[in-house]
Amino acid sequence: MSSSFRKFLITRLLLTIPMVLILVSLIFFVMRVLPGDPIRSQLGPRVSEEQANVLRERLGLNDPILVQYGNYLKDIVTFDFGNALTQGERPIRDELGERLPATLELTIPAMLFTTIFGVGLGAFAAKHRKEPVDYIIRLFSIFIYSIPIFFMGLIFQIIFGVRLDWLPLSGRMDSMILTTFQSKTNFYVLDAILTQNWPALGSAVSHLIMPSLTLGLALTGVFIRLTRANMIEMLRSDFIAAGKARGISEKRLVYHHALRNTFIPILTLIGLQTAILIAGAVLTETTFSWPGIGRYLVERIALRDYTAVQSTIAMFAFFVAIISLVMDLLNAVIDPRIRY
Amino acid sequence: MERDTLVKVEDLSVTYHTRIGPVSAVDHVSFEIQKGEILGLVGESGCGKSTLGKALMRLIEPPAEISSGHIIFDGEDIMQYDEEKMRDFRGRRTSMIFQDPMTSLNPMQRVDDHLVEAIQVHEPKTKREKALERTTVLIERLGIGLNRLGSYPHQLSGGMRQRVMTGLGLVLNAELIIADEATTSLDVIVEAKLADQLREIRDEFGVTLLMITHNIALVAEMADRVAVMYAGHVVEMGDIYTVFEKPLHPYTQGLLGSVPSIELNDRDELFKMPGEPPNLTHPPTGCRFHPRCQHAMPICSRLEPDLLKTSSGSLVHCWLYQDHPEKTEKTLKV
Repeated sequence: MSSSFRKFLITRLLLTIPMVLILVSLIFFVMRVLPGDPIRSQLGPRVSEEQANVLRERLGLNDPILVQYGNYLKDIVTFDFGNALTQGERPIRDELGERLPATLELTIPAMLFTTIFGVGLGAFAAKHRKEPVDYIIRLFSIFIYSIPIFFMGLIFQIIFGVRLDWLPLSGRMDSMILTTFQSKTNFYVLDAILTQNWPALGSAVSHLIMPSLTLGLALTGVFIRLTRANMIEMLRSDFIAAGKARGISEKRLVYHHALRNTFIPILTLIGLQTAILIAGAVLTETTFSWPGIGRYLVERIALRDYTAVQSTIAMFAFFVAIISLVMDLLNAVIDPRIRY
Repeated sequence: MERDTLVKVEDLSVTYHTRIGPVSAVDHVSFEIQKGEILGLVGESGCGKSTLGKALMRLIEPPAEISSGHIIFDGEDIMQYDEEKMRDFRGRRTSMIFQDPMTSLNPMQRVDDHLVEAIQVHEPKTKREKALERTTVLIERLGIGLNRLGSYPHQLSGGMRQRVMTGLGLVLNAELIIADEATTSLDVIVEAKLADQLREIRDEFGVTLLMITHNIALVAEMADRVAVMYAGHVVEMGDIYTVFEKPLHPYTQGLLGSVPSIELNDRDELFKMPGEPPNLTHPPTGCRFHPRCQHAMPICSRLEPDLLKTSSGSLVHCWLYQDHPEKTEKTLKV
């Protein structure tokens, strides 16, 4: 590892600190400006003000706002995150530890699908530019891009879950299997493989197909269009013409030479899409009752559970920052012109 | 010196299909390239010389197409080749050195990978080591250090990249090498060096070189014969000494008069050709040069002359030297 590379890595890691800080601060104050509060949303209107105040006092909500802000920042820095304010006041770290694997199990196949399918279709459309298949792919990309995720999810549920009855409608696993299923890592697919529990694996995978396909398809449109546009530009470049003049086949020029060069903007897009992926995960998890972080966030926003929402957002911010850093590093690996 | 014919171009036309109508960038051109010669192809920007070069390898892409003609390469009409045969033809029998060495190499591919790929595309069974071994003589001949083989294009200077491009053009021992403005983007010293190398390579390997350039001085320095293009036509073609000492076509005369001289006592005004190159969507009738020609006659705007041999040995595409029943003026004897 060269010293300039180390410098780059450290700078980038340090830069994530103000980014996460700004975001969590924003969320902290926005949550408090929002109407409603965690106590009333939980206890309901019938509980007397004195009783509510006892709870407020205990949870520290009567402290001055800056003291609360300071305590909160301390929680974030120590990766402790504190306890949730509502529904049992579980430690948020435990909650996220259980739910993060569920979200990752959903988003990783979705991202793989969208990258392979989107880049493949985009490259294919670029190769067949202005032919009917190109117009069909472009229409398809606009179409799936413009459908709201939850709507696409509902349509899939009706078709594959209800009418055809091929796939389960919601959840991560059949409840019958789940009662005996021991999950160590909370990655159900992984655990099922490790314990060679094949019925559990089948159930986990069949539960995974619809939500990850929904989420993946929703992101595919952008990938198709970006790949196509970059490929077309790349195919016009001089080195492709020069390659053709050396007798290199069109297939090799498209899928080897042009596509490799197109991967540079695509990797950047993958980094950017991570944020959208997480937003999409919130909607997908809600639609398919997937017990991941997205659904947790939605539930806790409804309850105005300040600490739970803040901590979840902080983790998202950290996650996005890490992914974009990884993409920058990958770019440096595949592009010989980038050396840090 | 009489040589065998390597390429015979017959009635070749290239048409660009644009929104405002078809443009004939190369218009019914016929000429020959002889084995082992250096043929210079000169003309203004947009006269169709690069298009003609690409057409010789059938590298014309839509919206342009080769709309008529034959290209007979070593006795075979390559216009009859299917795409697979054409792919094998490109690089192995005719290769091209491109204008811009900065962008003509894949930025993500190393120099040695470029060379190996060029060989393996035509000989898939050749192992990487064998392929590299074959390139070493050429690499050294071109002055590319062996330590440069592992470099990526961006790590090389413009001159070095152009040498790599040249190496890629030569690595399969192609019989015809088309250098499309190959030296234009280089500074004069590097340009002279590369030009020298190209000539040495011609002498050594017996390849034929088609040099497409607007650098007339370079053609005078290097070429055996020269072809002058104007607005999609070859207007004059012949032995370099004949054409440069006594240019016949008024366009060639003007073109040669426009070349600056570095003689210090030569402070004569450079010749400035009147008018602009024509818009090829609506080319002038008759001879395409007549609106700018100082010797234009009535017949010039009505009928197109042929590319005919004069007694000097050059071919000229001009009514000044050709008889026609409708022509009233006297025909010049060369």
